[in-house]
Amino acid sequence: MIYSPGRIVDYTQPPPLVEGKSIATLIDESIAVQIDRRPSKKYLAALLVTLTMVLIGSIAVGYTFVYGIGMWGNNVPVGWAFDITNFVFWIGIGHAGTLISAILFLFRQQWRTGIARFAEAMTIFAVICAGLFPIIHLGRPWFAAYIFPYPNQHGIWVNFNSPLIWDVFAVSTYFTVSLIFWYIGLMPDFGTLRERTTNAVKKVVYSILSLGWRFSTRHWQHYEKTYVILAGLATPLVLSVHSVVSFDFAVSVIPGWHTTIFPPYFVAGAIFSGMAMVLAVLIIVRKVFDLEYLITMDHMDKMAKVILATSMMVTYAYLMEPFMAWYSGKSTEWYVVMNRAFGYYAIAFWVMIVCNVFLPQLFWFRKIRRSIPALFIISVLVNVGMWLERYVIIVTSLSRDYLPSSWGVYSPTIFDVGILIGSFGLFFTLILLFSKSLPVISISEIKSIVKGAQPSYRMGEDHE
Amino acid sequence: MNDEKLYGLTALFDSPDKIVLATRAVVKEGYKAFDIYSPYPVHGVDRGMRLKQSRIGLVTLIFGLMGVALALLLTWWTNSVNYPLIIGGKPFWALPAYIPVTFELSVLFGAVFTILGLLVIFFGFPQNVHPLHGTDFMKRVSSDRFGICIEAVDPKFDSKRTADFLQTLGSEKIEPIYYSLLESPGVGTILNRKFLLSLLFVAAVSSGLTYLTLNKLLFLHPWISLAEQIKVLPESRSTFYVDGFAMRQPVQGTVARGHMPYAFVGNMKGAEKFMINPLTPTKQVMELGRRDFNAYCSPCHGYFGDGDSRLQGQFPNPPSLHSDALRQASDGHFFHVITEGFRNVMPSYDQQIPEEERWAIIWYIRALQRAKHAKETDVP
Repeated sequence: MIYSPGRIVDYTQPPPLVEGKSIATLIDESIAVQIDRRPSKKYLAALLVTLTMVLIGSIAVGYTFVYGIGMWGNNVPVGWAFDITNFVFWIGIGHAGTLISAILFLFRQQWRTGIARFAEAMTIFAVICAGLFPIIHLGRPWFAAYIFPYPNQHGIWVNFNSPLIWDVFAVSTYFTVSLIFWYIGLMPDFGTLRERTTNAVKKVVYSILSLGWRFSTRHWQHYEKTYVILAGLATPLVLSVHSVVSFDFAVSVIPGWHTTIFPPYFVAGAIFSGMAMVLAVLIIVRKVFDLEYLITMDHMDKMAKVILATSMMVTYAYLMEPFMAWYSGKSTEWYVVMNRAFGYYAIAFWVMIVCNVFLPQLFWFRKIRRSIPALFIISVLVNVGMWLERYVIIVTSLSRDYLPSSWGVYSPTIFDVGILIGSFGLFFTLILLFSKSLPVISISEIKSIVKGAQPSYRMGEDHE
Repeated sequence: MNDEKLYGLTALFDSPDKIVLATRAVVKEGYKAFDIYSPYPVHGVDRGMRLKQSRIGLVTLIFGLMGVALALLLTWWTNSVNYPLIIGGKPFWALPAYIPVTFELSVLFGAVFTILGLLVIFFGFPQNVHPLHGTDFMKRVSSDRFGICIEAVDPKFDSKRTADFLQTLGSEKIEPIYYSLLESPGVGTILNRKFLLSLLFVAAVSSGLTYLTLNKLLFLHPWISLAEQIKVLPESRSTFYVDGFAMRQPVQGTVARGHMPYAFVGNMKGAEKFMINPLTPTKQVMELGRRDFNAYCSPCHGYFGDGDSRLQGQFPNPPSLHSDALRQASDGHFFHVITEGFRNVMPSYDQQIPEEERWAIIWYIRALQRAKHAKETDVP
């Protein structure tokens, strides 16, 4: 049963999760063929573009390390600018992956199966990009080790009261747990690839990676339990990570930052932007790798609905911020609100409002939720809006704090922009390498949800 | 075939319904050492096998709690015992501020050790020498078929009878699996030459890289850019000033901070006449004087001021401090001599001994002089 606009659809039945083909060998083939096939010209061209972006970023970072962060536009009131904006942005991108892989798993949303592997990979790559920024921001990145509590020759310890330390623990835990969660999901697929491949080198690599997985039910039983436990651990973790990131701002006393709405607001914003990024990248991937029958229009539809829901949560926060500023009666808070909307950075603010509040409202229409070009454009613009949101929060608040004598204005230099381009380049390079070297869809999971994959009702359950 | 042993009999099935029925039949027949293989977990098979519930959650619980305990111990010991700091008026052990770190560490420990426990203890991985690996059976069950393997170690196993039994279950293919004894784990793995060579290679590469990093790389830019700065260092050359010195003389009449210039430079008479010892001979002053006298004066003057130098004639011995002239000399005389030196023989101690300590030394000299010439009335 293939869905397309204009056909009469029976909405009382849940839509099929994998359309058309459903035989396990075909699934193996269509996923593994991407790995076995030599890269096409298009793929190499794409890699060339992303690697060029990485090169631009590397040059900008190299200049920063040799000549110091004075190469950036950062100044004394605006000590955090592009770097921390990018950090928060990339961490947020990662959150959708964990939402899909862990939270939707716990809610038994089986449609997640087709996109979970890819979203988890995006989580890991986004956290890699995010983690680079605080280190680059140090200017002398080799001192990053000082942030970890280890016994040292200085005889001092880190200050566990500081949100910046919480951040280090949250982000590094998030990265580690996402990575092992991802790897555990990949292990059975490595087993499948190991048995499929005829190449001796690949056989060795897959054997090592699969750790000797042999599809035994005695293993599957523990494996499934572990997967639930990890999902249960990852769910509060993902909520904590962006909450802790928001503490970096909320725990300080800068007007516009010092609000208790920040943790839920940041988490909703993270899932909002992350889901939009997953959607934008998947639209390209399913086209390039011919996976339209595994990543279906229904997936796109559901992701658009998640974007719509989180957009409204973010909108609520946008409304609540000026309300609380007005209700608090503090002139500094109210001034920040007015300055954001009508001050030096007003353009960034209004672009953000349009992209994050108004554009996702189009997803109320089924036609738009099922139109690939509309989905792609809106999801890209949502990411623009969410990047600007972090920029507006960070830069406007810092540039206008309590003392008018210490006000200042920030404008990025070419090195700021270069590092931003480089981080996008790194992200997409990793995505490209991943999609050509690992199964982009979980082979074992997708097989378990095709029609007829599970025993019929009376067979599986013995009601004793 | 002689060096190969039978591992077990495998049977393939083509639908999940068949595998569930087959599982029940195998259990009913009384086999214990068997396993079901499927490309994904088939619901109902584990129940059909009468497997006990997985206890992996216990590992998570134990290590998650261990993470909590470790985080609390770490934050408490570092921030309130080993390096206490007052931050924002909070108590040394500010529990609310440690909640995020505690939570993250409990998740980290719980997740990492669950996986390690699962892979190493529950699965016995990594294990790439299992007899089933690389067989046609494994190839099928990794893709689209469901399989049973009844192992030869089972007491009920009999190759003929078991094969017949599997046939009755409706299997589409029955195949015995053999394995070579050389394949079984633990045979000649550690002393393998290839393995040792690769160990040697890893050791050489890692130690070489460590050497390069610690001895070469860290002395390149930008790691040393803090050490190399465009600024004037002491004793450096300058092309800007005519005299070629980068260091400049202070302006005439500059006084160092906390330093009072000596008023009687080259004027011993004035010092003798006008200077008075500002200290009173308390116990602390006498102790200070004794310490400084023993440190600075005694090498030449001797511990008791007799002029019996410890320098063994390498330097002219000074006169005794107990001569009548010196006993009658004023405190100002001693101060002047210590400050400016004496007759090109005794050097100036202006730089070494602070003014106050010079006065303490003078009190100590007075005490020595009085001790050498004690009268009966001095005895209490």
